[in-house]
Amino acid sequence: MANIISDETIEYVGILAKLELSGEEKEKAKADMGSMLDYIDKLSELDTEGIEPMSHVFPVRNVWREDVVTNGDDRENILKNAPEEKNGMFEVPKTFD
Amino acid sequence: MAKQYETVIGLEVHVELATKTKIFCGCSTAFGGEPNTHTCPVCTGMPGSLPVLNRQVLEYAVAVGLATNCGINRYCKFDRKNYFYPDNPQNYQISQLYLPICHDGSVEITTEDGTKNVRIHEIHMEEDAGKLIHDEWDDCSYVDFNRSGVPLIEIVSEPDMRSADEVIAYLEKLRMIIQYLGASDCKLQEGSMRADVNLSVREAGAEKFGTRTEMKNLNSFKAIRHAIEAETERQIDILEAGGTVVQETRRFDDNTGESYAMRSKEDAQDYRYFPDPDLVPIDLSEEFLDEIRNKQPEFRNEKMARYREEFGLPDYDIDIITQSKKMADVFEETVALGADAKKVSNYLMGETMRILKEKELDPQDISFKPEALKTLISLQEARKINGSVAKEVFEVLFFEDIDVESYVKEKGLMTVNDEGLLRKTVEQVIADNPQSVADYKGGKEKALGFLVGQTMKAMQGKADPGSVNAMLKELL
Repeated sequence: MANIISDETIEYVGILAKLELSGEEKEKAKADMGSMLDYIDKLSELDTEGIEPMSHVFPVRNVWREDVVTNGDDRENILKNAPEEKNGMFEVPKTFD
Repeated sequence: MAKQYETVIGLEVHVELATKTKIFCGCSTAFGGEPNTHTCPVCTGMPGSLPVLNRQVLEYAVAVGLATNCGINRYCKFDRKNYFYPDNPQNYQISQLYLPICHDGSVEITTEDGTKNVRIHEIHMEEDAGKLIHDEWDDCSYVDFNRSGVPLIEIVSEPDMRSADEVIAYLEKLRMIIQYLGASDCKLQEGSMRADVNLSVREAGAEKFGTRTEMKNLNSFKAIRHAIEAETERQIDILEAGGTVVQETRRFDDNTGESYAMRSKEDAQDYRYFPDPDLVPIDLSEEFLDEIRNKQPEFRNEKMARYREEFGLPDYDIDIITQSKKMADVFEETVALGADAKKVSNYLMGETMRILKEKELDPQDISFKPEALKTLISLQEARKINGSVAKEVFEVLFFEDIDVESYVKEKGLMTVNDEGLLRKTVEQVIADNPQSVADYKGGKEKALGFLVGQTMKAMQGKADPGSVNAMLKELL
């Protein structure tokens, strides 16, 4: 494997993804990430000089809608997605800015 | 001698656009609905939901860009800004990093120190987050996603401002332009315009910028001024004591007049932006831009020139009336109904401005009907009510939707045009005030004023001052 992922990197990526990994899981993740990056390196072998980075696969542009209200009150259904619910709101662990 | 410092300020201004629906879904943006009643799978970030751009958002963003002398990126895209926070259900905010819709603009501001340009780095489109409500007793927070997905533009300035005065002049200018465009009502108190202040200090003459801090939670011009003054002082104190300013986000508390460092969100700076694959790129045609150019309203300078030409108003009046689009609209609508331009102007500059100031309101809050003001002016012109009654009635019609004519009748505010009664009253006043009568006859003009006042009082304020004057002169 050409790409070696350090302990610091896997720790940092874990924090960003809000994942707590065990020692064993970390090792496995390091190996997976390394081989992914190896695969990306393969793409780097291609000459991409003068080619714009592609962000979208299909040549579709300008998909938009008019400013008209189409949705009504669907709170009851939406709240079914809430792990906990109170007074019509999603209940989450206490969070302060 | 103490060192001289210079304050350097740049602003990030968020403006909530006045669209009917959210930026990526057909949910209403109406303010004040019951929690989560304006939500759908898109704005609550449900897997598999597909955002579709609201064309009106694009039009408003381009219109603001054109009005602030920006270049328009005809090819632009949306990017995902990744972070975890419960008010952000997708775990990313859809925003624009790589190709924002507008770039490199400027607005001209005027302060006591003169006129200068503040450059605009960029304007981008993005979505607002939901609202978190904290329960004091429970160990829980609650989320209302009604605001999630409400369209915003963020206007990022260059660090071109040097004082609180310049910052406020810049914000007032932006607000005026955006209100004229109808793109937002820009109410700081209600959060439809929010400013984050990036501030650093440096020794006067220094070329390099100092380390900046960012202040959030500023929801009035007063709070912005206080925050700038307090933060400038805090940074200078640190430097004077030989310390270094830490780059951080600070929250300003207007009650204590102090700011404090916000608990830094863990690794919050690493947003890992990437193009949003769900939203296809925007490629604007020249026709699209022309359509918006043609729709641009008459801006303040053009309005000022027209008011001078069309209504012959003094510059002083024009300056006040055109400061807000709302006020200018009320003026034009009332005049269109046939009211005399100068008389309408007087009510706007005088009584309206006084009431707004007293009640700490914004011209945007004016809600009275032009018809009501027109009727009031007509009644006054026909001498059916006198000036002081008219002022009283104006104060009522300012807040309540009254039928002016019936109100005046019901409250018995009509001028009493009963010559017999007036004659009797004046005779009585003359008899009761021999000293003033003697003074007047002795050449003291002022004494007449006193006698007019006494007559008005005797007639409970409902006489026509002109007639009272004439009657007094006749009888004396």
